[in-house]
Amino acid sequence: MQIYLPIADLPVNIIVILAIGLAVGFISGMFGVGGGFLTTPLLIFIGVPPAVAAATVTCHIAGTTFSAAFAYWRRRALDPALAILLICGGLVGAACGVWMFNRLRAIGQLEIAIGLSYVILLGVVGTMMVIESARAISRARLGHPTELRRPGSHAWFHGLPLKFRFKRSKIYGSIIPVLVIGFVVEFISTFIGIGGGFLVVPALIYIMRVPTSVVIGTSLILTLVTMVFAIVLHAATNHQVDAVLALILIVGGVIGAQFGARTGQRTRGEHLRLLLGLTVVAVGIRFAISLVLQPDDLYTVRPLEGGR
Amino acid sequence: MKRTTLAILLAALALCAASAPAAAQRLIASLSNHRVMVTSSFTGAELVLFGAIEAASPRRGGYDIVATITGPRQNAVTYRKDRILGIWINADSREFDSVPSYLAVLTNRDFDAIATADTRRRQQIGIDNIPLTQRAAVTIADAAATDPFRQAFLRINTRRGLYREATNGVTFLAPLLFRANIPLPAGVATGNYEVDVRLFADGALVARTPSAFEVYKAGIEQFVTAAARNHGLLFGLVTAMMTLATGWLGSVIFRRD
Repeated sequence: MQIYLPIADLPVNIIVILAIGLAVGFISGMFGVGGGFLTTPLLIFIGVPPAVAAATVTCHIAGTTFSAAFAYWRRRALDPALAILLICGGLVGAACGVWMFNRLRAIGQLEIAIGLSYVILLGVVGTMMVIESARAISRARLGHPTELRRPGSHAWFHGLPLKFRFKRSKIYGSIIPVLVIGFVVEFISTFIGIGGGFLVVPALIYIMRVPTSVVIGTSLILTLVTMVFAIVLHAATNHQVDAVLALILIVGGVIGAQFGARTGQRTRGEHLRLLLGLTVVAVGIRFAISLVLQPDDLYTVRPLEGGR
Repeated sequence: MKRTTLAILLAALALCAASAPAAAQRLIASLSNHRVMVTSSFTGAELVLFGAIEAASPRRGGYDIVATITGPRQNAVTYRKDRILGIWINADSREFDSVPSYLAVLTNRDFDAIATADTRRRQQIGIDNIPLTQRAAVTIADAAATDPFRQAFLRINTRRGLYREATNGVTFLAPLLFRANIPLPAGVATGNYEVDVRLFADGALVARTPSAFEVYKAGIEQFVTAAARNHGLLFGLVTAMMTLATGWLGSVIFRRD
């Protein structure tokens, strides 16, 4: 069943888009991540222009995180003060990300920048995840207890000025690293069309030593707010948000996430992280191959807007 | 329905052809459809061009038809990738200024059988003879047919079905009656398409007739495109509300606590 996408200017099979939404939704529900790092590449691989894919995926992420964020909010499993500070940094980061997106698009280097960012980001984060979870699995097998949070271990950036006590997270430290994390993560995410959950969660756990109980809820709120902001910015500046494509993706994503969450609860944490790490690395490798191999045609043609 | 209209059209054209005065040749042409609608189920379309030649009697040498269909003009960039530090990056580009977004040249036989190379150049017959202005830095010029960027531009557009050159695109149904199919791929731009039908005899232009059709978006497609282009901010806000509503609906439907 074909449907014509108004912004992407391309007929696609509605079943294929729905299937992508379902599959990514399943994975995001299972691992508790937004899944943008899978949706954007999949859309690019089926022929959606990278600019439309990256801009539209912000809708998909906002839609799928909303229901999850709602649930965490009800259970109060998040730190409002931490979230507000992250969002402050994140909004500035998102605005810079959209600006960078438009600049690179104008000079014709957006595609390559998205590809390179994917290779570096997914390669590094994925490998770290795989190593960390493999260690955890072997530790569990040897019978050692999992390493807990070490209180009192402080890095230099915790001593920066503007100290604040985050009550819900039970941490006391400078707000500067929090703002920087929000800025950097959302700059990257809006620019390449990912949710950024898989960057915020490790950053908060390993850098800020935020307890795991509030990390996911806090990261979901950050993702939700900045993605809604990014949708509006993308739509207002580059007109690349395809509402029809977004709607189909979200419907698939919301349904898939429900089944994914059920499967995720039955699988063990370390194994889940190992699987996620491997998925991330695989997507990174796929991008690396497309960058290194000589393309079939060295030339590409892109129509410019407003030239009619 | 469509078939009967075509039949009537054909009959009318044949009648015109038969009752024409004996003087110079005249050319009559019509399209099967003057408005092509792009809706949510659009996967391309095909128009049929019908035409008749008004002449006292069929010439022994026969006639030649060249139909040129030009879509709305737009600017486009052609990039060339080069290997830099092991990866393929867009290294060079040319901007093509107000070039047709769709271009089809349909004839009944090979170009060199219709007219000499000189006439073809003057009459702009064939894609190679149609100027495509490109801009590199500051100079604006029509690049030579051998320019690699021009060739790449033509090759890619041909692959997409947007540019098309067919020397068997026009079929003579009778000595003075012809038809041609104009395929429009899914990616066609919206706007006005000009159809220029020219009649050649013995390598010289003897008659020409213009026609046109319009490709437009309708229904939800038109609404979404117009909203996204003209009211970006509002469109973004509405889209954001829509995504949140869908997400919320999902959490309500699948709520288990």
